[in-house]
Amino acid sequence: MTAVSVRGLRKAYGEIEAVRGVDFDVAPGETFGFLGPNGAGKSTTIKILCTLAKATGGTASVAGFDVTTQRDDVRRHIGLVFQDTTLDTYLSAEQNLRFHAELYGMPRERVAPRMRQVLEMVGLWERRESKVLTFSGGMKRRLEIARGLMHSPRVLFLDEPTVGLDPQTRASIWEYVEQLKQQEDITIFLTTHYMDEAEHCDRIAIMDAGKLVALDTPAALKASVGTDRVTIRTADDATALERLTGAVQTSEGIVISVENGEAYVPELFATLGVPITNVSISRPSLDDVFLSYTGRTIRDADVTPGMPAMFAAMGRR
Amino acid sequence: MTTVAAVAVPVRSVSLDLRAIKIVVQRDLIRTLQDRTRFISALIQPLLFLFVLGSGLSSLTGSSTGPIDLRTFMFPGILATSTLFTAMFSAISIVWDREFGFLREMLVAPVRRSSIIFGKALGGATVATVQGVLVMALAPLVHVPLTIGLVATLLAEVFLLSFTLTALGLAIVARITQVQTVMGLMQMLLLPLSFLSGALYPLSNLPTWLSIVVRFNPLTYAVHPIRSAVFGHLTLPDEVRARLNPPITWFDWEVPTFLQLLLVAGIGTLLMAIAIRQFQKVE
Repeated sequence: MTAVSVRGLRKAYGEIEAVRGVDFDVAPGETFGFLGPNGAGKSTTIKILCTLAKATGGTASVAGFDVTTQRDDVRRHIGLVFQDTTLDTYLSAEQNLRFHAELYGMPRERVAPRMRQVLEMVGLWERRESKVLTFSGGMKRRLEIARGLMHSPRVLFLDEPTVGLDPQTRASIWEYVEQLKQQEDITIFLTTHYMDEAEHCDRIAIMDAGKLVALDTPAALKASVGTDRVTIRTADDATALERLTGAVQTSEGIVISVENGEAYVPELFATLGVPITNVSISRPSLDDVFLSYTGRTIRDADVTPGMPAMFAAMGRR
Repeated sequence: MTTVAAVAVPVRSVSLDLRAIKIVVQRDLIRTLQDRTRFISALIQPLLFLFVLGSGLSSLTGSSTGPIDLRTFMFPGILATSTLFTAMFSAISIVWDREFGFLREMLVAPVRRSSIIFGKALGGATVATVQGVLVMALAPLVHVPLTIGLVATLLAEVFLLSFTLTALGLAIVARITQVQTVMGLMQMLLLPLSFLSGALYPLSNLPTWLSIVVRFNPLTYAVHPIRSAVFGHLTLPDEVRARLNPPITWFDWEVPTFLQLLLVAGIGTLLMAIAIRQFQKVE
């Protein structure tokens, strides 16, 4: 059984199509990343999967249940951590979790031990009696993750779990996610628009303008955009350029694209015959992947969303 | 490696919905009890009405209230008005919940939305009733003799009224996303509702237009039973009673108290259904 299965999913807000025919599957236990600029349709897709929005076309199932016809079953099996906080800040951490446990009808005898388990995991057990009001942004996010896990969901949805957090807190959130993968039998479905964070995922789907443009493991995606780049500076660039086929002179130095940069460099030193003063190898990053699939860097895409769908989606919330 | 069983949430049942309703009410109570300023500020209004406005107007009205103090006459109306304010503001809390995101946490839970909304109405009603108890404590100061029977009747009537009013509030705010908007709207609604209910004046000898408008205000049918209960415990000449607490009539037919209360309950149920419908709409 797949954890998440999506076929031909569409969502239109009036005239504007936010999601335009999306297909993918997520295997149980997988950490699946949804990558894309703001307004690409990530949040809309997640909302449909969480039964918060109705699709206008196609089908989707989560934990084996159809998101339109078996809404309650879906809800029972998922945990949600939203971009914006959904905690009651006037209640304590413990009261927030207890509220959640009651609302999800957890068996009473399981509430206390599970609460301790999830609070300890995110390092908030000591602060359980403090009002959420007194928590920092990072602590609130950690508490939300703990709450999302409280009822032992089969699929945990994390919508931009690290947005707006400082680098240190971001790193600790990822530690929890890694730990979670070890400790729980859970599928994690997350969205992010931080490229470096997508590396934590087993597979990544890149979404742009309502469509999936790529879907694979981070390594395979990077491999698909090509090769390592070796950049050298030499004592005599002109001669070096003559001797190297396919090399390009840039402001950084001479750039050569090769399959395996690490193996190539020693060979280069031995055969070039021109003294090399400086060498660097760079691997394609997910930024390069995004660039090659969408024609823009993700930062450019964010600055100029160009997608009225984003505004429409916000207006409908 | 400690693997946790994947699913712990049982299938939906009536008892789970009851648990959800209970926790929603409980949260409203916890939040209210924590907020002492809210209690105090909610007491200030009835105090002002009774002892400032009431005392001030007494010198003007003089003997027109007969043998009873104007403040005694006003007491049931003030009890109803303060219930109105508390209940409506309780309903506003759901807009806060929406603005601060907590509503989403409630609405994505695997329970009926109607349970959540019903829980909110019940919570609001409970808070307003607790508030009503505080106002009732003022009764001896304005010569209303509190007996166990009267307190029980008033509590039941205040609870019914506050449930209906919270349901009204919820139906109104269901689609509103900003607290700011709702504050303005409530301001616009609250005073007309209380002024046109007979809470502050007797329903006798009114101009025709006013006596018609008053009959269309649901609050009228809650204020009257509350006043009748209080007046039942006062010793008054029949003439004064008839002038200060005249029965509500529809085309000369005296509407019995139970029917008035039934009407309030009916309107409350209808409003509750409307509120639930409003919240049930999925994007």
